[in-house]
Amino acid sequence: MQQVVAIAARRPGGAAPGLRRGLRAALPALSLLLILAGIWVLNPRAISYFGLTLMLNLAVPVALATVGQMFAMAGNELDLSIGTFVGFAGCVTATLLHDNPAAGAAVLAGCILVYALLGALIHLRQLPSIVVTLGMSFVWQGLSILLLPKPGGHAPDWLKSLMGLKVPYVPFPVLAALAIGIVAYFGLMRTSYGAVLRGVGGNAVAVQRAGWSILKAKMILFGLTGVCGVLAGMALIGLTTSGDANLGNGYTLLSIAGTILGGGEFIGGRVSPLGAVIGALTLTLAGSLLNFMHISPDWQVAAQGGILIVVLAARVLINRTGRPA
Amino acid sequence: MKSTLKRIAVQPWLWSFAGALAVWLAAVAFTGGTGAAGMLSAGIALAAFSVLVGTAQMFVVTLGPGNVDLSLPANIGLASAVAMKVMGGEDSMIAVGLAAALGSGVAIGLANYLLIRLLRIPPIIATLSASFVIQSIGISYGRGLQVKPPSGFADATSAQVGGVSLLAVATVVFSVIVAVVLHRTIFGRSVAAIGQNARAARLANIPVERVKMLTYALAGALGGLAGALLAGYFRGSSLDIGNEYLLTSIAVVVIGGTSVVGGKANVTGLWGASLFLVMLLTMLNTYGVSAGVRLLVTGVVIIAVMVAAGGRKAVR
Repeated sequence: MQQVVAIAARRPGGAAPGLRRGLRAALPALSLLLILAGIWVLNPRAISYFGLTLMLNLAVPVALATVGQMFAMAGNELDLSIGTFVGFAGCVTATLLHDNPAAGAAVLAGCILVYALLGALIHLRQLPSIVVTLGMSFVWQGLSILLLPKPGGHAPDWLKSLMGLKVPYVPFPVLAALAIGIVAYFGLMRTSYGAVLRGVGGNAVAVQRAGWSILKAKMILFGLTGVCGVLAGMALIGLTTSGDANLGNGYTLLSIAGTILGGGEFIGGRVSPLGAVIGALTLTLAGSLLNFMHISPDWQVAAQGGILIVVLAARVLINRTGRPA
Repeated sequence: MKSTLKRIAVQPWLWSFAGALAVWLAAVAFTGGTGAAGMLSAGIALAAFSVLVGTAQMFVVTLGPGNVDLSLPANIGLASAVAMKVMGGEDSMIAVGLAAALGSGVAIGLANYLLIRLLRIPPIIATLSASFVIQSIGISYGRGLQVKPPSGFADATSAQVGGVSLLAVATVVFSVIVAVVLHRTIFGRSVAAIGQNARAARLANIPVERVKMLTYALAGALGGLAGALLAGYFRGSSLDIGNEYLLTSIAVVVIGGTSVVGGKANVTGLWGASLFLVMLLTMLNTYGVSAGVRLLVTGVVIIAVMVAAGGRKAVR
């Protein structure tokens, strides 16, 4: 804890040049534009209503998972189980929610409760979140396999039609992702309790001394991660129309990468909901760009890591300018 | 005498050994005594791999808050492919193949360190990004690969001395060396000192960055070695051969009594925790439970042990 305080205190305060902060804030959007420009150069026709709808097909679940991860990170924690959790929520959606909506909804609500309890457990027993959530990733995966040993199940019809929605002029995934980002932005960045939640990541001791319950804040942050995970699993099933126990496995890494790409920091509760959504869109589009560049799918994973490294390097460079070496 | 007993009883590793024994007995009770020795012998051999990878993770975790190597599974997968490809099924190339696997591991460890140092990013993200890249290298390198190990190497990794795997014996010897390095050498003491208080270590003129670099390189090398040995033991390399070691390596470190916030390592505990986890899997297999239940129980048990043991939080 003391370490966090020390690091938070060391941060350049209000005297930091506005230019540097502006550059930093623009970094996520710049990387998205860069990827879009790359796609446009290679295949101008892809930048169209249908092209973007197709390329951003999976953007909604990725954005939801990323925003979920962002909530965990806002409290200085990390959720390494979100991928398998998205998979489990998907399995529940494709089986229980389809066959027996009431039971399905109850199970999904129970999952969110489990997440909130994890937050409490991590706080009360002072456990490292990476170990607890790594353990939970096995639990969710095991439950998924028990529920759906073989790929199958059916998406509820209303979910399919929701995810297949067509909106004039703007591709639906873009609109949906924006909506997710804006809701999270107002909730976390513009409400007073949102400031408390971020404060838990920034300086937990100060928040506690000001009379706020850290236990409650951690439970709410993890609960929100659970909500986003459930929504991501449902959105994913609405797109794929059937379930698979391994469907969400890639989402853990994607969500962490997306949050960081979007300007999130590991410490200090510094996260950006809109940035996280932009980061998720960037990662989703990166795959398409690589396809247009005729880069084999083998290197797609490396590209995700590469983008992360490049953005972090850019951030270090921006942070260094103007600071006495 | 009494105080000695008390001191032993509070050793965290004791509980993991007791747990391993209890789980083994539960499995033996289920089979009615048949295959008890076989289970133990296979369990010890598998535990040796967990100890090897766990040792790598232990060194990194001991460096202090936030230090963790998430690239070990990818590292193991790549090293298994590199080792098998270089050996090419020839007994004469075994040493070269092992060296290549070690080299690949050291390179990965150094890359991790450079990412952490140059980009000033938390080790979790650095090793995670690195593992993305390593996975891709592995996929692209693994194409059309001769996966079978040379017969001499495969035999050596599964050889037994009086019912105990040769590999396990070698790993015990290795663990003793690790304990000496950790507690009696300048390097080991420096790792612990940095974990306890990096600032104090720096003020005490400990070459903090050099020690960190060596630690990540060492962890990488151990991951590489584990990859080569796993490929020999399972008679073939595969990129996901190391996947289970992400959770296992962290779990054995934590359950084994190494402090999650760094500064305090426990080599004996690695063995207890590894045996416990391996025996748990053996027991579940004897009971004939499905893959789903096995994953579920593993996850729940690890979290339960963590909660019971408690601990001070790692601050990232």
